[in-house]
Amino acid sequence: MLEIEGLSAHYGLVRALSNVNLKVEEGSITAILGANGAGKTTLLRVISGLVRASEGRITAFGEDITTTPTDRIARSGVAHVPEGGGVIPELTVEENLRLGALWRKDRADRAKALDEVLELFPPLVPRRSRAAGTLSGGERQMLAIGRGLMGRPRLLLLDEPSLGLAPMVAAKIMAVLRDLRADTGLTVLLVEQNARSALSISDYGFVLGLGEVVASENAATLLADDQLRHAYLGF
Amino acid sequence: MTTFFNLTLAGLSSGAVYAALGLSLVIIYRATRVVNFAQPALALISSYVAYSVTKDTGSYWLGFAAAIVVGTVLGVAVERLLVRPLRDAGELSAIIATLGLLLVLQAVSGMIWSNEPHAFSYAFDFRGRFSAADLFAVLAVVVTASGVLLLFKFTSLGLRMRAAAFNPEVARLLGVRVGVMLTLGWGLAAAVGSLAGMLAIPPFISPTTLDEVFVFALTAAVLGGLDNPLGTIVGGLALGIGLSYVSGLLGPELVPLAALAILVAVLAVRPAGLFGRATARRV
Repeated sequence: MLEIEGLSAHYGLVRALSNVNLKVEEGSITAILGANGAGKTTLLRVISGLVRASEGRITAFGEDITTTPTDRIARSGVAHVPEGGGVIPELTVEENLRLGALWRKDRADRAKALDEVLELFPPLVPRRSRAAGTLSGGERQMLAIGRGLMGRPRLLLLDEPSLGLAPMVAAKIMAVLRDLRADTGLTVLLVEQNARSALSISDYGFVLGLGEVVASENAATLLADDQLRHAYLGF
Repeated sequence: MTTFFNLTLAGLSSGAVYAALGLSLVIIYRATRVVNFAQPALALISSYVAYSVTKDTGSYWLGFAAAIVVGTVLGVAVERLLVRPLRDAGELSAIIATLGLLLVLQAVSGMIWSNEPHAFSYAFDFRGRFSAADLFAVLAVVVTASGVLLLFKFTSLGLRMRAAAFNPEVARLLGVRVGVMLTLGWGLAAAVGSLAGMLAIPPFISPTTLDEVFVFALTAAVLGGLDNPLGTIVGGLALGIGLSYVSGLLGPELVPLAALAILVAVLAVRPAGLFGRATARRV
């Protein structure tokens, strides 16, 4: 589904990622864990083409996308929900949602996707025609994920969906992801600082430290590895 | 009372023109954060083309159509060839470049069509208090401006254009071809600007005809908050009527001064414009 080989990326002279190898299986939830500045966000930005790789190769759905423009990667079925959600505050909730599916030709299915997303996140329904800037943090994150789902992606990239949210709200969002995978077979690549909550719904986990992969294991194995948990995951 | 009525009517048609030219500035400013100082020159060139076409064919409307087409093409070309290459050089670079283009195009139009004023015809009869030409100006601007507002608000193309303007990175992540949206925005803006030029220029065209109108249009755009299309249209009409009062009651020589005074006052008191939203850009 997604394969990353020997990937490096730089911001100017600063190396943000170094020789990263990573594989995401179809229908899995894969967690990318690590401390602040470990390169998690950069990894997602390189996958969706917002940052160019300086070395290495990214293959998605069997195609090399290393140098593909961001908007084309999105239209190939990769939805990237950036850190903070990237909700556009000037647009209404519904406009934000519709935006996520506009590249798809099938009008009827776009309307159907809208209904499905609103069903998935009921708090958005009464706020449909309000400016997205008026939403609470949790509602914004729901809107951002919902907008990502509007394009019926094959691969969902999520950057810290629980950042700044109350634990209850964060748990709800994790539950939605778990159910989505179970119901639709969606593949998810999940970047999180909250390792415990991410691993609780994940199949695999990769741990990044200073831009390098320091561990890649089954989620259950990672949860059980005390040394690793203390060193990189902080719990 | 009739004086006021007449002055209001007179202001309405010139205000409509300021609104249209202001709108063309706002469409671009909102999408690229560039104040397009070359806009009057683009409108000037397209109006000169209209002048030539009308002279050769005898048809005003053929010239009118040519102006809109040439304006659109010029807008697209400026975005692709001048503004886009400067995208990474900072916002000010592109603004200075459009200012330079204004001077170049004015000089070039003087070389092609000479600096002497040529007679430039109205679309309709222009005699009388609120003439057919005035009515046409107001209607053309109202229809065009409504079309632009409806396009932005109710079509999926408009939604993509707004998303590309508000947050280009997120728009890309959602599959929007941001570059195409910017080019379309410049083409659309320049078409609206050319319409304004065609309405503002009669009875005479010369390379500097639009300079004063441009100052008024910029004032209208600032009144509206620079990124608010509806505010700019209201601002343009209000400015036209206000300046008409100044001209009729105090004297026409005070009009440019009054416009600049309004510009300075708005920037000093309400820099976000009369209709600017305080919450506009954050997060």
